[in-house]
Amino acid sequence: MTVFIVRRLMQSVLVVLVVSMILFAGIFAIGNPVDILLPPDATQEDREEAIQALGLDKPLLIQYGLFLANAVRGDLGTSFVHNVPSMQLILHRMNATLELALLALIFAVFIGIPLGMLSGAHPNTLLDRTLMTGSIFGFSIPNFWQGLMLIMVFSVFLRWLPSTGRGETGTILGIETSLATWDGIQHMIMPALNLSLYKISMVMRLTRASMRETLPMDFVKFARAKGLTGRRIIFVHVLKNIMLPIITVIGMELGSLIAFGVVTETIFAWPGMGKLLIDSINVLDRPVIVAWLMIVVLLFISINLLVDIIYSVLDPRIRLSDVKS
Amino acid sequence: MPDSEPTLKVEKLHTSFFTKAGIVKAVNDVSFSVKRGEILGLVGESGSGKSITAFSILNLIDPPGRITSGKILFNGRDLVGSSEKEMQQLRGNKIAMIFQDPMMTLNPVLRIDTQMIETIQAHEKVSHRVAYERARDGLGRVGISSPEERLKAYPHQFSGGMRQRVAIAISFLLKPDLVLADEPTTALDVTIQGQILYEVQKLCRETGTAMVWITHDLAVVGGLADRVCVMYAGRIVEEGGVDEVIDTPMHPYTHGLIGSVPSQNRRGQVLYQIPGMTPSLLSLPKGCTFRPRCTQKTEQCLEVPQTLRTSSGRMMSCYNPFNQGL
Repeated sequence: MTVFIVRRLMQSVLVVLVVSMILFAGIFAIGNPVDILLPPDATQEDREEAIQALGLDKPLLIQYGLFLANAVRGDLGTSFVHNVPSMQLILHRMNATLELALLALIFAVFIGIPLGMLSGAHPNTLLDRTLMTGSIFGFSIPNFWQGLMLIMVFSVFLRWLPSTGRGETGTILGIETSLATWDGIQHMIMPALNLSLYKISMVMRLTRASMRETLPMDFVKFARAKGLTGRRIIFVHVLKNIMLPIITVIGMELGSLIAFGVVTETIFAWPGMGKLLIDSINVLDRPVIVAWLMIVVLLFISINLLVDIIYSVLDPRIRLSDVKS
Repeated sequence: MPDSEPTLKVEKLHTSFFTKAGIVKAVNDVSFSVKRGEILGLVGESGSGKSITAFSILNLIDPPGRITSGKILFNGRDLVGSSEKEMQQLRGNKIAMIFQDPMMTLNPVLRIDTQMIETIQAHEKVSHRVAYERARDGLGRVGISSPEERLKAYPHQFSGGMRQRVAIAISFLLKPDLVLADEPTTALDVTIQGQILYEVQKLCRETGTAMVWITHDLAVVGGLADRVCVMYAGRIVEEGGVDEVIDTPMHPYTHGLIGSVPSQNRRGQVLYQIPGMTPSLLSLPKGCTFRPRCTQKTEQCLEVPQTLRTSSGRMMSCYNPFNQGL
């Protein structure tokens, strides 16, 4: 296990390095930030000065080298626009995104898995068909439209939930979060639901498919022949077997929940890091974009590692040393 | 048979599957009985309804299948129409089952001790400690060395033969009155097969458990069973003491089945095979279902033959049986 983790971490360093190279080259090709940062009537001297201040006069390779050297020390550059370290900028926003993703994940797991199991245990019944049809809607409704409809129904017509913002925040274990106050939770419900509807549908369908696959297996019949209760068969024998594919997908989706909640954050004016990325791209704030993407890469790598470790806990046949990393 | 009440008495059992393509009569008018301590061999080709008979006894037939008529008397009590809760109390407790493929019957993600202890605790209110000790002793009885250690293992750490021993140990954990063994040695090496047969025979003798041993292997039945029922296309075509049936088969199907076993005396000759194929259960031939493949068929065979009882206590259903003089 330790060997596995160490080897995995070393590979991760390589991945991060390669990603940073691609990123740096890519962002260099997009355009010149000075054109956007300075007003159109800026003089040539102003331009020269800005280019020099931002270090854009140096060749690409030198810039990359400087970036790497600083990054190793934990400094991912200073925002061109806000003039604060981009890390600080992102981390400040990350709380809001993480709590939203977490709640969306909780919805996906605690709504998706039970409904999928129900559906899989009673195939081709009215309940199953209703749930499966519902999940198609969950899949196919465009996220932004769904968000607008939620606002229309729950904020405009029913006036149950606030439509925008993060609400009042409190602190739990020293972390600032909306989950600490009732107002904050009210603000979170709709964005989290909007973010999770797709995931709920997906987890539901996946769970159903796994149930359908596992239920006819001999070990389930053997468990019945042993005289076990239906509850024990479903919640111990079957559930433990179907968790593996579900964990895989949830792990993959958690990363995308965090990284790509942009649409939801925009609609509900949620001050998360997704919105920060869009804003930064608009003004070509290179350090923030690079830092943002580097953090997301690290996030994906950690989640995948975590999923592999959970695998080995769930399924005794998987030895971590055998997992292709 | 009249000396004691049989442990299991199946009477005119019919189990059918109601599929979109039609009604599949998987078990068609099957009757047999097993006494305490007796091993009954249920022989037939794949798809002849042997396994469905066993699952019917446990009431584990899944839709679209169901028992349509007949009686299953277990210790004198009819199981057909029993509630799910009553059946659940019997399964694994009074009636246990051993499955064909030991690679598939144990849950891959649960430890052996979990799978054994849960069986005990499903039926008896005993402490974990007591259940654990019984599980350990159970493993020891089927010839698994250092059971204490093996209990902590997962199924994938066992070989096929060892897994089947575990499955057998689970079946005998609660000293059932009846064990249904569904081809438990088919998936195993011949050497392992011998060991398993020995263990099972020993357990049955020790505990007085009645057993239905389902197989397509006549050699296994010959060495193990006391009596044998031969099934063909959902019906029992012949029944009798194991030696009589193998030495002097009466029904042409049994005759063909025994003739198909390769043996020393016919080395170098072309092996015998029964012509034709098992009929589809969806469209059974009229009259005797074996008629299209039978060498003895006559006009009479278009009517379903009655079950005939011979003076020597054998039963078969055929108009033109072999070895008729018996």
